[in-house]
Amino acid sequence: MSTDTTEAIRTILREYGRLAEDVTKLSDQSDLFQAGLSSHASVTLMLALEEHFEVEFPERMLHRRTFASIAAIRACLSELHGASA
Amino acid sequence: MSGLTVASDLQEVVRRIGAEVAGPRAEAVDREARFPYESIAALRGERMLGALVPRELGGRGATIAEIGAVCETLGRYCSSTAMIYAMHQIEVACLVRHGLSVPFFRRYLAELAEREWLIASATSEIGVGGDLRRSACAVERDGHRFRIKKQAPVISYGAEADDILMTARRDTDAAPGDQVLVLVRKADSQLSPVGVWDTLGMRGTRSLGFTLETTGDVEQILPVPFADIASQTMLPTSHVLWTSLWLGLTSDAVGRARAFVRAEARRAPGTTPPGALRLAETVAALGTMRATVHEGLADYERNQDDPEVLAGLAFAIRMNNLKASTAAMAPEIVGRALGICGVSGYRYDSPYTVGRHLRDAHSAALMISNDRVFAANAAMLLVHKED
Repeated sequence: MSTDTTEAIRTILREYGRLAEDVTKLSDQSDLFQAGLSSHASVTLMLALEEHFEVEFPERMLHRRTFASIAAIRACLSELHGASA
Repeated sequence: MSGLTVASDLQEVVRRIGAEVAGPRAEAVDREARFPYESIAALRGERMLGALVPRELGGRGATIAEIGAVCETLGRYCSSTAMIYAMHQIEVACLVRHGLSVPFFRRYLAELAEREWLIASATSEIGVGGDLRRSACAVERDGHRFRIKKQAPVISYGAEADDILMTARRDTDAAPGDQVLVLVRKADSQLSPVGVWDTLGMRGTRSLGFTLETTGDVEQILPVPFADIASQTMLPTSHVLWTSLWLGLTSDAVGRARAFVRAEARRAPGTTPPGALRLAETVAALGTMRATVHEGLADYERNQDDPEVLAGLAFAIRMNNLKASTAAMAPEIVGRALGICGVSGYRYDSPYTVGRHLRDAHSAALMISNDRVFAANAAMLLVHKED
């Protein structure tokens, strides 16, 4: 996955994550829940990611680990793109 | 009665406590809005407060289904006693499932089983709008010591409990959702009551507001994030135990309606009393409620050791449905029982009285409001793919 993907995730996160911290200050490994991601906001975030990347998160990815960090989101997206390719 | 396998000795003990201690005092507990001291003392006497503690730590090693059956039985006699017992076991379940790797919590649970300590819960907080998963107060650390000050709108039996399990932000810099669960000792805490507990029902739970100021050692903080404890243990345990006791209280109200109709039938043998048809419908509704509650318990028992399932949306949605649908059924079915018993059910000085049951049953939709539960499901269903 390219840096474009990471940037897109960061943009979506800034718009829909309603984090307590500035997204630019987070590393790819930072814990998003510690950064203030609520379970409600994670649902919004998931919908926005699905729309942007034209994927559907399958049931097995619908848990907190998928949204634990920017890197974790990127890994899931990469897996989904791999499957659809 | 129950489709679940339950240790019969536990049930026999609780049935006796219900019939001999909790039931006969339920009316006074309700009228005076007082703590059911006698019932809790009787449960202590039978080592029921430490029932969930593993055997190797001196507890009874009971399963969650057994505790559910205990709550159901207690609910038949005194819903305040049953609710206090359920809430305590929810706290113990959190410690047993998430604290056993920590020496402090192993020692604590062994002592709880020996001394039969009662734990209260301080999860809600003024200023976070009733959201369990957000805290305003924080663990203020100073070396290995901490202090926390919390404005709690409700701590059920806070004055009567031995210790308190509370949520707080991980530290003073943490986001509102970055919470930990902390066991605080009554001896290290100052509890100042705010207001009184004078309510429609559940009057014996003494759920006053408190300002809680406490100190402790950092080993009293559970090592797992509260987010995981909430989804894996606290919420499902709450839902299966609360619905079990609502089932008990509803069953007792229907039992009174059955007794009323039987008495009518005996007065005029050969004719079916007018309430009999309504009773048949009511018993069918109770059967649906019982099936829902018992399936909820079985669902949690099946999946309680599978963190994947517990963390998933499907399970969370099912537990929320269990809570919300049962909370709606309880007052509806008790209302039917009242309709069958008529004025005999409406007045307090009759063996068929169901006034207290109806008032207690109305608490079900309010404790974690059904609106909040359905709002959570509405959000989850937007992304949930399976049925």
